[in-house]
Amino acid sequence: MPKQIHLAAHFPGVNNTTVWSDPRGGSHIEFSSFVHFAQTAERAKFDFLFLAEGLRLREQAGKIYDLDVVGRPDTFTVLSALAAVTEQLGLTGTINSTFNEPYEVARQFASLDHLSAGRAAWNVVTSWDAFTGENFRRGGFLPQDQRYARAKEFLTTAFELFDSWKGDEIAADAGSGQFVSRPDVGAFSHEGPQFSISGQFNVPRSPQGRPVIFQAGDSEEGREFAASTADAIFSRHSEFEAGRAFYTDVKDRLATYGRSRDSLLILPAATFVLGDTDAEAQEIAHQVRLQQVSGQTAIRFLEQLWNRDLSAYDPDGPLPDIDPDTGDDHIAKGRASVRMNRDPVAVAREWRALATEKGLSIRELIIEVTGRQSFVGSPRTVADEIDRFVQADASDGFILVPHVTPGGLDGFADTVVPLLQEKGVYRTEYEGTTLREHLGLAALGNAVPVG
Amino acid sequence: MSQLHLAVGLEGAGWHPAAWRDPAAAPHDLLSAAYWTELVAVAERGLLDLVTIEDGLALQSERDDAPDGRTDRVRGRLDAVLTAARVAPTTRHIGLVPSATVTHTEPFHLSKAVATLDYVSTGRAGLRVQASLRPFEARHFGRREVSFVPRQGVDIAGDPLVVDLLGEVVDYVEVLRRLWDSWEDDAEIRDVATGRFVDIEKLHYIDFEGKHFSVRGPSITPRPPQGQPLVVALAHGPAAYAVAGRAADVAIVTPHSLEEARAAVEGVAAERSAAARTDGPGHVLGDLAVVLGATTAEAQDRLARLDELAGEPWSTDVDVIAGTPTELADRLQDWASAGLDGYRLRPAVLATDLAHITTGLVPELQRRGAFRTAYTASTLRGHFGLPRPANRYAAV
Repeated sequence: MPKQIHLAAHFPGVNNTTVWSDPRGGSHIEFSSFVHFAQTAERAKFDFLFLAEGLRLREQAGKIYDLDVVGRPDTFTVLSALAAVTEQLGLTGTINSTFNEPYEVARQFASLDHLSAGRAAWNVVTSWDAFTGENFRRGGFLPQDQRYARAKEFLTTAFELFDSWKGDEIAADAGSGQFVSRPDVGAFSHEGPQFSISGQFNVPRSPQGRPVIFQAGDSEEGREFAASTADAIFSRHSEFEAGRAFYTDVKDRLATYGRSRDSLLILPAATFVLGDTDAEAQEIAHQVRLQQVSGQTAIRFLEQLWNRDLSAYDPDGPLPDIDPDTGDDHIAKGRASVRMNRDPVAVAREWRALATEKGLSIRELIIEVTGRQSFVGSPRTVADEIDRFVQADASDGFILVPHVTPGGLDGFADTVVPLLQEKGVYRTEYEGTTLREHLGLAALGNAVPVG
Repeated sequence: MSQLHLAVGLEGAGWHPAAWRDPAAAPHDLLSAAYWTELVAVAERGLLDLVTIEDGLALQSERDDAPDGRTDRVRGRLDAVLTAARVAPTTRHIGLVPSATVTHTEPFHLSKAVATLDYVSTGRAGLRVQASLRPFEARHFGRREVSFVPRQGVDIAGDPLVVDLLGEVVDYVEVLRRLWDSWEDDAEIRDVATGRFVDIEKLHYIDFEGKHFSVRGPSITPRPPQGQPLVVALAHGPAAYAVAGRAADVAIVTPHSLEEARAAVEGVAAERSAAARTDGPGHVLGDLAVVLGATTAEAQDRLARLDELAGEPWSTDVDVIAGTPTELADRLQDWASAGLDGYRLRPAVLATDLAHITTGLVPELQRRGAFRTAYTASTLRGHFGLPRPANRYAAV
């Protein structure tokens, strides 16, 4: 039997890949948009819906960034409401471990798991920057090198809270008058460098025991963190060879932690464009890239790397011949890409060489170097490509990010999914009810120790 | 006779400590979505203004200084904001007012959570803010010491720690409101010609600086449908009247007599006036615990049975009324003469007393012309006749 593909849906959000100017584009805030998107994903038998997170509006050159979609709802609240309009779809929320506390987050996820009858998942992310911290009580309190330390201890602590109830404490025996079996239900005590907390957790054990754990970082630390603790990785490697390399690297790490290769799913983010024919899809894909990278967007993108005001440059002209400013005070705030560019001068040199070699303008260069669509073609071509990736262990499936809200998944559900089902590589009905079951993860025993 | 506002407090199996042992209760279902959606559906069929959903950041305890270690009472609960959100798409009119502890949480997170509750309920969100003095709750967060242990029956109004804590609640609500206003209603412009999704002139930093926290803003979530969801505060006495009067849209007070009701209404109004509030009338609801029956004897028998199961008479922070819906209606109208705009009722047993409220009390009040016969508004503010607040940051 061929490997079965896992698919999930990422609600399009705050980035230039969401084409808000498309006439088919609807609200990214109104609940009706989330209902449409989630019900489409469930109709297509997807494993889960995925929400990203933002805790401060992005800025560039001291002003709120206004070229992309701005604003989003609260993750927990919208997921809980979606539990009312779906029956089986998993509900995955990105929640920061920096500007939250374990007791509160654990009880929110445990509550979501109860209220969705076992469909909750947590994408654990880290942050440290003082810019985001300005919206929170303790500000930018965390040194950058501690963000994984805090994330790990946050997760360890949350697991201790989830596991503080074993699942058999509620007797609710009206005759004898015993509601809980012991006076110390939910007792926990955690002493560590990041958290020193103790008491009793007040949400009894949830249907999945704890939410499914996702991890998104790609650094060495992030990969180890995922191999030790996560159930799935939301990766950014959606290209075939890079995907295979990442897949092998991470799965090889599992043995160190006594884990089997199927205990951690690798699910890259992927974008797609469909057409009646491959040629039509390629043409649509090109048009979408032009919508995603306007001349203004290209200049702003370039500024993020150059760390300089480049507003005087013509997006249809050549790249600046000055070097990036390597100072610490970045022109762009609240963007992960700024931190990921560790050597902007070298990257700028590469970009300049590429632009010269291919004769590219600024806008053309940005279109060239920023992610193009992962899958482009007729439904048949896209179905075959996705299957090829999964069978070749470049991934276990994909988290699809459409470029239009909220109907961007409709065509995929109607045309690609049936083809995958015909090939026998994708479910035609949900076989379980919980997200752990959809993902083929082993059920949890009680009180799982943390590695 | 003016119309009353009616709210019902949802708490576990009911407010009586032995509620879960009532034959009608479903004590195994208290953590299920179906339990909460059914309760709120019943309340909505009764045309109630809103339900409140109790919460706390510690296991339920009858003591304020420590967990009580009791095994004979309901223990364990779900997050109230998430419960309200789960119920929202299954209802259309009723207001949803979860409780949230502001002492240990982030105003930025709570602001966007309640704004989102307003989106998923299309304008029916509220929030009951509560402070926590419980040291064992503080230890769940490990960030601040709470050494104060309130003693029953002692007037704590002047205690510096209480004053400080209540001041923090006022700051917190101010931050919630500023964040809700931090997007003007028409900030999203989607201007294809200039490539701008939003007009940044209509997004505002709130720059709040207070004793316990500072918040820069703007919110991550656009201004919610009601502009500002309804802020509710439970106020037991003068120290809390200050919070309710300065920060809340609706105060819930806990009088034990007509005179106390009058004093509470005046106390909240005085604080509201001192704070120079200009955002419409404040509303004051009286809080009452109720055990209802077809006859007075039946209601009193039910209470006696519950008390027997609990092993002690029901003693709580509000007046307990055991009687018929007609007797309760008399009481509600009587105390309304003190200036109360309505009531929050705490059913002794939700499975039983909520139905008595919606099928007994409500028709009785309707007969008297004292309660709506249909919803006339679709938002929670609308039920209270409150306008959608102007945005403080919008240029006139």
